[in-house]
Amino acid sequence: MSNENAPLLEMRNIKKDFFGNVVLSDINLTLQKGEVLGLCGENGAGKSTLMKILFGMDVIRETGGYEGDILINGEKVSFETPFDALKAGIGMVHQEFSLIPGFTATENILLNREPKKKNVISEIFGERLDTLDYNEMTGRAEAAIEKMGFSIDKDMVISNMPVGHKQFTEIARELSKEQLKLLILDEPTAVLTEREAEALLESIRSMSAKGIAVIFITHRLHEILSVCDKVVVMRDGFVVSDVPAAKTTVSEISKWMVGRSVSSGTSRDIRDMSDGRTAMSIRKLWVDMPGETVRNVDLDVKEGEILGIGGLAGQGKLGIPNGIMGLYEAGGTVEFEGKNIPLNSPRKCLDASIAFVSEDRRGVGLLLDESLEWNVAFPAMQVQNKYLKKYLGGLISWRDEKAIREVTEKYIDELAIKCTGSKQKAKELSGGNQQKVCLAKAFALEPKFLFVSEPTRGIDVGAKALVLEALKRFNRESGVTVVMISSELEELRQICDRIAIVSGGKIAGILPADRPSEDFGMLMVSMVK
Amino acid sequence: MKNNGNGKKVLNFLGNNSVPILFILICIVCIPVSGFSPSYLINEIVTRMGRNIFLILCLLIPIMAGMGLNFGMTLGAMAAELALILVSDWQIWGIPGVVLAMILSIPFSILLGALCGKILNMAKGREMITSYIISFFMNGVYQLIVLYMMGPIIPIKHTTVKLPRGYGIRNSVDLFHMRQCLDNLMAVRIGGVKVPVLTFLLIGLLCLFIIWFRKTKLGQDMRAVGQDMDVARDAGINVERTRIISIVMSTVLAGFGMVIYLQNMGNIATYSSHSQIGMFCIAALLVGGASVDKASIGNVFLGVILFHTMFIVAPKAGAIITGDSMIGEYFRVFVSYAVITIALIMYETKKRKARSRAGQQLQLAQQEEEAAANE
Repeated sequence: MSNENAPLLEMRNIKKDFFGNVVLSDINLTLQKGEVLGLCGENGAGKSTLMKILFGMDVIRETGGYEGDILINGEKVSFETPFDALKAGIGMVHQEFSLIPGFTATENILLNREPKKKNVISEIFGERLDTLDYNEMTGRAEAAIEKMGFSIDKDMVISNMPVGHKQFTEIARELSKEQLKLLILDEPTAVLTEREAEALLESIRSMSAKGIAVIFITHRLHEILSVCDKVVVMRDGFVVSDVPAAKTTVSEISKWMVGRSVSSGTSRDIRDMSDGRTAMSIRKLWVDMPGETVRNVDLDVKEGEILGIGGLAGQGKLGIPNGIMGLYEAGGTVEFEGKNIPLNSPRKCLDASIAFVSEDRRGVGLLLDESLEWNVAFPAMQVQNKYLKKYLGGLISWRDEKAIREVTEKYIDELAIKCTGSKQKAKELSGGNQQKVCLAKAFALEPKFLFVSEPTRGIDVGAKALVLEALKRFNRESGVTVVMISSELEELRQICDRIAIVSGGKIAGILPADRPSEDFGMLMVSMVK
Repeated sequence: MKNNGNGKKVLNFLGNNSVPILFILICIVCIPVSGFSPSYLINEIVTRMGRNIFLILCLLIPIMAGMGLNFGMTLGAMAAELALILVSDWQIWGIPGVVLAMILSIPFSILLGALCGKILNMAKGREMITSYIISFFMNGVYQLIVLYMMGPIIPIKHTTVKLPRGYGIRNSVDLFHMRQCLDNLMAVRIGGVKVPVLTFLLIGLLCLFIIWFRKTKLGQDMRAVGQDMDVARDAGINVERTRIISIVMSTVLAGFGMVIYLQNMGNIATYSSHSQIGMFCIAALLVGGASVDKASIGNVFLGVILFHTMFIVAPKAGAIITGDSMIGEYFRVFVSYAVITIALIMYETKKRKARSRAGQQLQLAQQEEEAAANE
């Protein structure tokens, strides 16, 4: 029995942990028919996890489900798969496009829901041999585009479309589902131009007028204020505020987003190195890293400092190290110690004593099937010919197993890597310990300059502190210049001297790490595209 | 400016069609050197078109489903040979024999195709090499059946089919009473050129089927799966099943194609007919301008004509130029492998080019932005 007076969606006491790591605690949300809810929060605040729970994504079930209740029209529901959620009238537009590149907009809008016509052959061999009803398809696609209120060419092939139109195609696909009652938009304006974003807001208003509720996730706070009925701000897995949009301001929201107890910031020893020598100077850097595009970045890194690079997801902070190290196509000039570093060539960077700990530790960072010894010593062997014994005047070089074991054991001790011994395989370690191996690998290169990208992603609090401490010690003891990229502002503030905030693919500003977090929050959303 | 654009278009066209253009050039040079009469040449080409096109068309379906140039068709060829051996032992000749062989090949093809599809689902992204190796493996199974099981387990009566030792099949099974029976039925002679109308009708039917199939739900699903498996899966399409169906369809059609091929040849080389058929079909398709992820019916026809023209004229031309007649056979194998290699390399470079183009666009955008800022 559905209750007419019950809210369309109610989430009660939602809790979720990933193997003991609590990411959502006690979330309560209600949403009425036709209401637009703006959801904001820093990365890792739990927005995506919450939406994944609502949408019945596999990853939630695979990691042990969730606690609490979801009610739709007053009835308790539990979605096993996204298809159940779709049937219940929930649609979601994901951050990554989920479109078939060689299909037209129409074909994509009706993907796997194409209207069909029977024919002789399908009578015999089953309904998958029904022919598609192209007229009906065109009609339905047109209706969905009409409903959206932003006109796109329904016959255009996706791969030829500007990126904004792809986004609208996805929205039209959700709207073409007749049972749609609630639409989740996960940062839909991130890829839109100013005008397209405006059109999207307009179309959200018209959806809401037609009785479709919308959950709108965005980092552009003014959009939330202009279109939403209420704003929910999340931080560290809690809902920190749930207010009508009319009663708040951009600066208030950004304060809620980042502002946490400032106690962690007391023990910092920030150094002012603005008079020091410039170790690396970056000019007009562009990087084509999908989802983390960077343009026109100018940045000077001082010798011996720890520079933090922060910013919201998708704004380009990851593009900077990946571009300089040659993992993604890049252009511009990068000078290191007065010498020009050629881009798009990882080897040249490594030869110049620049090391990189990638955020993609399983893909780029580790040789998962090899022992810790190999993982730690491999780059040093390859790049600097370390840990090799030479015979016949250098004609043949053999691995120096003893030296490799010694250095590995040294780092296992120093970084407190939990393992059964230096011969254990890297894939058998936990995430935090794998991260430490990545660091050990970079330390073994004894670089002059170290990029560390998201060093604490996906590891627990204890390991986090250890990793940060190790980085700081490495910087202080060996005088290595460190550039650390992280989505978590607080951890940047713990060890960095200065923090650069990337927003909209550009450096929005550089501030000393002891400035209040609201200042950083304002920078983060300042140029968001 | 406009001129420049046109020049670029021409260059693009040449770049995208370099393989067919290269072969057209080879043919243009070799045809006059070989000294064949036009009627002989056309006769030969028409015969070979009838023989091969059906087989090559069945490669289109796996390409549509994103499974690349697939050697799964070799399995269909083996199924057809098994069927033909049985039919010829039962002494059913002529059109009834051909039809029976086609029907009989279906269960073998489905079985082998489903198995191949299952394995290929475990090796996504490496379908070409995996199917190639599967075809070697299945060749072993095929030989086991044909060499040892035919006789003791599967009854074989006729001594013309059986090896003198009492079991196993002879190296070559004669299909004399079946030879070209499809081609000769309804054959028409136009200016001295024999046109096997019935065979071409069958080919036409298959072309129509493929065109129609693209518009079915299953065809649409295959295209979706072929372009992006994850998106298709998210939309609720059963990706694995769709891929298996595409391989099964391809093997079954390849079985039919092989029956057509062998009735034209007039005998089965029991242990080798199927072994290179996959390679030659794929090479012919690539010569027609197809790539790993894109192929059309037009590519098939152009490919067959160019590939076979070259095969007919190149040995003679080679013999006349070098005085060695073996050069032709050498050339045939060499060119097949070379074409496949070139096509694979071009596919990779194209992908890489597309990637660096995205970077260039970004750089351009940055420069424009700077220019705007300076004003």
